[in-house]
Amino acid sequence: MTTAISARQLRKVYAGSPPVEALASVDLEIADNEFFTLLGPSGCGKTTMLRLIAGFEHPTSGTLQMFGEDLLALPPYKRAVNTVFQSYALFPHLSVARNVAFGLEMLGKPKAEIKATVGEMLELVQMSHLADRQTSQISGGQQQRVALARALAPRPRLLLLDEPLSALDFKLRKEMQLELKRLQTETGITFIFVTHDQEEALTMSDRIAVMGTGAIRQIGSPRDIYERPAERFVADFIGDTNFVPARITAARDETADVILASGRSTSAHLPQGGARSGEVTLAIRPEHARLVGAGDGLLEGTISNIVYFGTDTHIHMALEDGTAFVLRRQNSDQAQTPIATGDRAGDTFGAQTAQVLRD
Amino acid sequence: MAANPPLSPEARAARTRWLLLAPAIAILIFAASGPLLITLVYSFLTPGDFGGIEWELSINGWFNVFAQRDIFTDELGWSDAHLSIFWRSVKLSLMTTALCLFFGLPTAYFIATRPKKSRDFWMLLIIIPFWTNLLIRTFAIMELIRNEGTINTVLLWLGVIDAPIQMLFTEFSILVGMAYVYLPLMVLPVYASMERLDFSLVEAGYDLYATRLKVLRRVILPLVKPGIIAGSILVFVPSLGAYVTPRVMGGGNQLMIGNLIELQFGQGRNWPLGAALSITLLAIVMVALVFYVRAAGADSKKDGPHG
Repeated sequence: MTTAISARQLRKVYAGSPPVEALASVDLEIADNEFFTLLGPSGCGKTTMLRLIAGFEHPTSGTLQMFGEDLLALPPYKRAVNTVFQSYALFPHLSVARNVAFGLEMLGKPKAEIKATVGEMLELVQMSHLADRQTSQISGGQQQRVALARALAPRPRLLLLDEPLSALDFKLRKEMQLELKRLQTETGITFIFVTHDQEEALTMSDRIAVMGTGAIRQIGSPRDIYERPAERFVADFIGDTNFVPARITAARDETADVILASGRSTSAHLPQGGARSGEVTLAIRPEHARLVGAGDGLLEGTISNIVYFGTDTHIHMALEDGTAFVLRRQNSDQAQTPIATGDRAGDTFGAQTAQVLRD
Repeated sequence: MAANPPLSPEARAARTRWLLLAPAIAILIFAASGPLLITLVYSFLTPGDFGGIEWELSINGWFNVFAQRDIFTDELGWSDAHLSIFWRSVKLSLMTTALCLFFGLPTAYFIATRPKKSRDFWMLLIIIPFWTNLLIRTFAIMELIRNEGTINTVLLWLGVIDAPIQMLFTEFSILVGMAYVYLPLMVLPVYASMERLDFSLVEAGYDLYATRLKVLRRVILPLVKPGIIAGSILVFVPSLGAYVTPRVMGGGNQLMIGNLIELQFGQGRNWPLGAALSITLLAIVMVALVFYVRAAGADSKKDGPHG
């Protein structure tokens, strides 16, 4: 597998008083033809990472290579990288077609080829009928498509997408998520997608890098990231998670036997580089936990709140040691025991669905 | 006193409207149309012996704008002196506009790309000279370029030149003076458009393989064009009618239209000619504006939002 992007100890500090360290020391490899997502809260350094690859910023130290070639020596206009900007940044003085043609014109392509490629690209994003419109005369979703076509037209080796869906309404966003995935598969271009929306990241990406405070906290497939969060930060940022204290009694390769606060024991998944003994925190997804009768569960407590969500019901519990715990129950489940706030109940979860956190 | 019949609400509204409009109408009549009309009327009258006018119809004022009779042969010919002054005025004004654009554009770009906090400071540096008396500013520039001035002294001291370069009292000095005086009028509107410029568009340009020069030509300039047009008009129009700067920097032998007009109303004691020259100046400005706006408008029609 070819490596599209390879970053080594990439660091970026913005001058100022005090100086801001946007990227601490990032090591990252992105494979060719991958849909790679940088996911994290605002200020985590994901946009800085993107701007370093695009060439709008220069790193304080470290190396950055694209397909084995040193990127840092090239100005942005010599990098075979195109960007879809968060604000789209369409040229307001040019028509839709002229916007898409811009990159090709700058590359000095022959007129006939430009015309053909522009037509093809507008076709690809289903905007052919609006080619002669001004960018101010089309809707947000359409501008989004034009921005995509403009960035894809010069056939870059890498496409950077800076939260491109954040300005769209819910339905359009869903539609564009599928569309982006389709475009990536069809064009075979490596996509680097920046977002703070975990759902977007989970549905589209081949791999996700979760970033926080200028560093990559975990890299993995969407399933890895969701089901095997290695750190509290990752578990907390993606989805809802219960944090439960436990003590490791025995550790094998990837599993550990743990004793919970209730005195019961179970087995949990161990992350790489995590503690292999002593007091730890477990992360348990609400949908992995099941409500059982009092005395039958791994954890025991009192039901403090029941919230109906349509497809499922969220049951909030106060555990015996005071920890809050949420579990989800599918509303389609047959033969549910009726429950009420204040009931004593237990909850249980399958071995290995609990995850030991590194911190 | 008999009570007035009560006004209907519509009539009262109409009266209020006229009352509110009154200041604007007064200004239009007394400050704009009135003087213009007087000037127009004067241009068709006969000059008085000691200035002023005689109420006697004559087209000599207008005749003398463009033509003259040879004193000896009584032969009719073009008024070369006036035409060359017109030409110099238009030429110097165009050059002033170009010079202001050349220096004003990078200046505005520089200020617009500073951090928000320091922009006001840079703008202040541009505006402070503008608050200073025009004559003082002109004398300051004069001090720089006169024969014993700063530039010549330094060049002599460095041994670059043997004798001072004559810069003052030339067209060059008028140009320098006017460009200096009118530069803020270019920087302000261009800066206003630059500040509104979305710099992610500039990044998009770089991202799409445009070099710095191409980004400037294909992205920045088209987007700040309204500011450039406004600035050019603001510089060109007063340059064409400039009076103080050409007088001081030109030393009285490099006349521009403004000086010529002043001459007719002063020493020349030919008010009708002065009035006719004034109207001619106005006409030149109007024609230039129409051309300029039309050229700019045609351009923006091609690229503008409603193409």
